[in-house]
Amino acid sequence: MSTVKLTVNGKAVSVDVEDRTLLVHLLRENLNLTGTHVGCDTSQCGACVVHVDGRAVKSCTMLAGQAAGSNVTTIEGLAKGDELHPMQAAFRDNHGLQCGYCTPGMIMSAVDIVHRHGGKLDEETVRHELEGNICRCTGYHNIVKAVLDAAGRMKVAQAAE
Amino acid sequence: MIGVYTNTTPVDAYRGAGRPEASYLIERMMETAARQLKVDPAELRKKNFITAFPYQTPVIMAYDIGDFHASIDAAMKAIDYAGFPARKAKAKASGKLRGIGVSCYIEACGIAPSKAVGSLGAGVGLWESAEIRVNPVGTIEVLTGSHSHGQGHETTFCQIIAERLGVPISQVSIVHGDTDKVQFGMGTYGSRSLAVGGTAIVKAMEKVEAKAKKIAAHALEASESDIVIENGEFKVTGTDKSIALPMVALAAYTAHNLPDGMEPGLKETAFYDPTNFTFPAGAYICELEVDPGTGKTSFVNFVAADDFGRLINPMIVEGQVHGGLAQGIGQALLEGAVYDDTGQLVTASFMDYTMPRADDLPSFQLSHTTTLCPGNPLGVKGCGEAGAIGASAAVINAITDAIGNNKLEMPATPDRVWHAIHG
Ligand code: FES
Ligand code: FES
Repeated sequence: MSTVKLTVNGKAVSVDVEDRTLLVHLLRENLNLTGTHVGCDTSQCGACVVHVDGRAVKSCTMLAGQAAGSNVTTIEGLAKGDELHPMQAAFRDNHGLQCGYCTPGMIMSAVDIVHRHGGKLDEETVRHELEGNICRCTGYHNIVKAVLDAAGRMKVAQAAE
Repeated sequence: MIGVYTNTTPVDAYRGAGRPEASYLIERMMETAARQLKVDPAELRKKNFITAFPYQTPVIMAYDIGDFHASIDAAMKAIDYAGFPARKAKAKASGKLRGIGVSCYIEACGIAPSKAVGSLGAGVGLWESAEIRVNPVGTIEVLTGSHSHGQGHETTFCQIIAERLGVPISQVSIVHGDTDKVQFGMGTYGSRSLAVGGTAIVKAMEKVEAKAKKIAAHALEASESDIVIENGEFKVTGTDKSIALPMVALAAYTAHNLPDGMEPGLKETAFYDPTNFTFPAGAYICELEVDPGTGKTSFVNFVAADDFGRLINPMIVEGQVHGGLAQGIGQALLEGAVYDDTGQLVTASFMDYTMPRADDLPSFQLSHTTTLCPGNPLGVKGCGEAGAIGASAAVINAITDAIGNNKLEMPATPDRVWHAIHG
């Protein structure tokens, strides 16, 4: 057992976990943040994507101990109170989700994609960048639409800040 | 009967269950026939469409309505079918093999008349039920056995009620997925939820409205037959007299002033057993390019023109089609259970089993043509599986057209396509 100290969604937490514990299990089981999903456990599906120090990471592929001292954001930490993050709002408006299983990971990956590409995105880039996230419901059509829509909204939001 | 144990992966009904297989065989045959007869594949289909309804098929189904010409015409227009030869020639000049593939499907949904499935050996009835509770404040709860796990019933079902009563959709809520609370249902599958479960809701609503009209007529001292429902109000036609839904609901529960002999409350249940199957149909056309050097397929365009009857929520319908197309394309190009010589499954995780990813698929171009289903009051047919039923044949027809070799197994992986080109 080790004590892992990290910041999750802006709050400092300290959790005692077995050394083999994966970050996703620390989040889901110790912190009850079940918005982050597990779809495969083998780094294939992207349902477990969270941000670690601002970068999208498959949390099923990282030991909890490796995240010690880091700043972790999960899907629960994205909205500002009742106000959805522009990516969440775009997924909602564009019907970018059906069963919702892939959605938390999709959104966390998508936010990272927009950050890295600075809002200069086209369909091909979005499709290529989403390669690590599997969705069985939407055929990706509306997810791609949502990400492009959000990229525009995030640019506007940034300009306003 | 002989039962055997195997070590292969378990299989079960998959989106479309039976219709993708049937549709695939028929549409591959149509394509093959057209090529051998040297007739345009779209024309050959048009020559053979059923145009008079009802049409009794040799099996149990009687097609109630459809306009298959409208679907294929819409798809051909959307993809600029006439312009294809020029595009093919242009692609050839840059070393690519371009192909176009048509697939027209019809399926049976809205399962099912219990009597009909009983005659086929089913052990259950295939009705649905609904309970509608209008609360004393006028909010409405719909209890349905038709469960949603992403199909958006919470939206579509609420829309039906909000539209009928003219109330904001926020006043309506759906209770589902909990048999402690709701009558058990027969399930969400076979693209049946709206045609069967939605119709049960309509039937229950008819009862609610009939009782509410009696209460309103009594309160307004008018004749029941003069009451109309508009914008959440019960109005006496031709007058300015009206009473709002919450007041009717309150009257139903206070029971201070109800017509003689009427039970208090405003809550009704209905079971609905369909009278016929429904028959969604459509035409899909896929245009793609094959790289002869690698056997890799890339999509140029994929158009789908479906007739699902009346669309309650087009956005949700399109989402269903997108997902179905992705599954059909996945079967055509990528997905398959592979075993090695010793019987070991070598596609046991997402690492090896190729689920379509975002960069394997194109954006889709959808359109709708409409013949209202005469079998249910909503005029709806069902849309959940169409994409998976029609897509595979369109893709394989397009690849075989591109490479000029009609022999190709699914999934048409680059390896298989390369061998089909080069022998
Ligand atoms: S659960 Fe982490 S990638 Fe699938
Ligand atoms: S919405 Fe169901 S897996 Fe993506």
